[in-house]
Formats: sequence, structure tokens, C-alpha cells
Amino acid sequence: MSNNEEGYFIDSDGLDTVREQEIGQHIGYRYDVNLVPDLKYITPFLQKYIDKMGWKDLNWLEDVHMGYEEDRAAVFDRNINGWVTIPDTIDLPNNQQERDMIARELLIKFQMSEGHPIVDLNNAYSKFKYW
Amino acid sequence: MATLNKDKSHEMGLHEEQLKGRTQQRFFSADESENLTYFHSFDVDTSKSATIDALEMTPREINGEIRTLMEKGIGDITVDNPMSRHGVGVGILNRLNLTFSDSLGYFGCGLIDGPNVHIKGRVGWSCAENMMAGTVVIEGNAGSTFGAAIRGGDLVCRGSVGARTGIDQKGGTILVGGNTGAFSGFMMQRGRMIVCGDAGMNLGDSMYDGTIYIGGEVEELGVDCVPGEMTELDIRYLTSKLDLYGIKTPKGVEKMQKFVSGKQLWNYDNLEPHEKKIVL
Repeated sequence: MSNNEEGYFIDSDGLDTVREQEIGQHIGYRYDVNLVPDLKYITPFLQKYIDKMGWKDLNWLEDVHMGYEEDRAAVFDRNINGWVTIPDTIDLPNNQQERDMIARELLIKFQMSEGHPIVDLNNAYSKFKYW
Repeated sequence: MATLNKDKSHEMGLHEEQLKGRTQQRFFSADESENLTYFHSFDVDTSKSATIDALEMTPREINGEIRTLMEKGIGDITVDNPMSRHGVGVGILNRLNLTFSDSLGYFGCGLIDGPNVHIKGRVGWSCAENMMAGTVVIEGNAGSTFGAAIRGGDLVCRGSVGARTGIDQKGGTILVGGNTGAFSGFMMQRGRMIVCGDAGMNLGDSMYDGTIYIGGEVEELGVDCVPGEMTELDIRYLTSKLDLYGIKTPKGVEKMQKFVSGKQLWNYDNLEPHEKKIVL
């Protein structure tokens, strides 16, 4: 699937195989979780983040993709086990690789913000000062 | 809000409620945020270094000392004489360069989120179990269940690893310079496993998703693990990742084999009995 990523998961209903057509349900995620990132689309913010962390590539962000929650573009945050919807003000390019980079940037900004739920959890339950 | 469909569990009296109250609205600035580390993490400077001599220390004392040094802003820590102790370097949720000058025991560097760890020796079972982010590089060999339930980051072993590598892998990249044992990628759900050498029996058994790349021979594929098609993007990715850690495959990246999930186990409960037999 990775060689045909552009537009595939954006425009299609994903009912490809005989089994999927039988059950009328897409098997798997609504986006290609196995799509490896193309670093030529990296954003300046993400480059700054990986430089700060001392990494040479996207590291854990390789597994972050833009998905869809109730037909709205969203990114899954593993730290809260929930979806973060992409603001309507952000224009989405018609290319899954570029969309994934936007999702990664937004997720980092959310996870590192003071408004992230894990900050409240830390204040309430952390064993050490270090969370 | 989503309403749960009526099914067998409803007949048993379960799930009468609707899914309510799970949506939260949180505010953060998508345009102005400049913070690049977790809100509660220590602000460390990687140009400041310190060494811990662990010869007479317990694992708890070693982990406590690492935390104390991070609290002081030290971002480059070397642990000498780890003496193959178990459960050291665990639970580090911070940016950090951490070096172990020798081998670790089992459950080393588990539950980490962010640090770059270098182990100049071997590791025991379940190294980097539940790792979330960062890099772990092991110079020697590793035991079984290497990278169990890993969620993210790069876990690299330059030597060979034992059985059940990446069991329940949910993300991240496991990179093995040598061979891997039986049942590697067992119940894999996501992420990538790159093995430059051979793989033992039942590779990718019961995998739901994710990708396995093998540079050598595969003894036998497990249930629902099928060959995949190598793409140009895969080759570029593998070349870049292997170059990053200075690891080479014997036959070259282009000759690596790719394995993915056949996805016959998805919606397994909805299969007819004869279909279940076909899958298994």
C-alpha cells in the first residue's frame, strides 16, 4: 500500500478485498499505519524538536499518522488514549505524507503544552516531583 | 455520541449505557507553542556530564542517582560497573544521554520516554520493554523478548537476539544486526522490525499489523504472516535507518524480504467456524 499512499486513504472507502466487501467494513485502520515517513516533508518545528532531543530522524513520531475521528481529521495521542482533532483553520494538503507531518507537529505541541491532561494527572498522583 | 450495537454482550446484561462524557475540550496554541519537552521534565544540559560508579550500588540506588543528576541539570551520564544488574536505567521520561560501560541484566532501560541510551555490552531478557521514545543501542547480544511491547523509538542490537523479539510490539523500530530467534514479532500490532540476519520459526505469528524486514533466511512464517511488497519508499527508509546506526545487511537492502499481516485474524470473532479453520 505504501507505494500508492497519495490520496488513497483520503478518497477511498477502503473496501478492497473480498472479505472487506463481504462484511462491508474496512479491515484495519483508516490510514496506512505501515507507511514509513518521507523526511523530505519534515517541518521546521519538527526538525527543531528532533534536534533538541538529540535524534537524527523522527524516532517515535514515525508511528504518528493523521487519522480520522468521526470524519474529522485527527491525530491519536497515546498519552491520553484519545484523538486530538485538527483545527479547521489548518489547510490539509492532498498528500498523506504531508498530512502526517502536520499531525506530528500538532501532537508535539499538544503533548508539551500546559493544557495536556497528563499535567493534571501528574499534579494529582505523581510519586516523585519528576513525573 | 456513539451508541453501542446490540450484540451477545447486551444479552448477557452488559453495556447498557451509552458512551458519554469521554470527549474533552482542552486548550493549547497550535501556532505559538515553543516548548519542546514535557511540561514536568527536567531541563538538562547535554554538555554537562557525570559518572556513577555502580560497583557497590543496588539497582534502586542507581536509578535514584540518575534521577538526582537529571534534577541537577546534568544531561550526559555514564554508569560504570553496572555488573549486569537487573532493572536499571528504567522509567526515564526525560531528554538524556545515558551510557552503560558494560552489560545489563534483565528488564534494562524499560519504560523509557526520550533518552538516548548506549550499552557497551550485552543485555538480558526484555530490554527496553514498553519503551515509548528515544534510542537504545546495544553493542553485544540481547536475550529473549527484546523490545517487548515497545511503543516507539529505535531499539538497536548490533549482535543477535533471542526468541520472541518485539512480542506485542505496538510501534517503534527494532533493529537487529545479527539473527533473531523463534516467534519474533509475535502478536505484533504496529511498528517495524528490521533483522539483518536470519529469523527463527514462526516469524510474525498472529501479527495484526506492522512490518518485518529480514535480510537473511526465514525458517518458517507464523500464522497470518505473509510476504509483502518492497517499495522504493521502504528501500529509502531502510537505507537511511541502517546508515544511521552503521549496520549493514549481508545481501544489501534491496534483497531484504518484507513481511506483513495477512489480516485474516482481524474480526476473527465474526468468522464462520470453517473460516477459522482456514485461518489457523
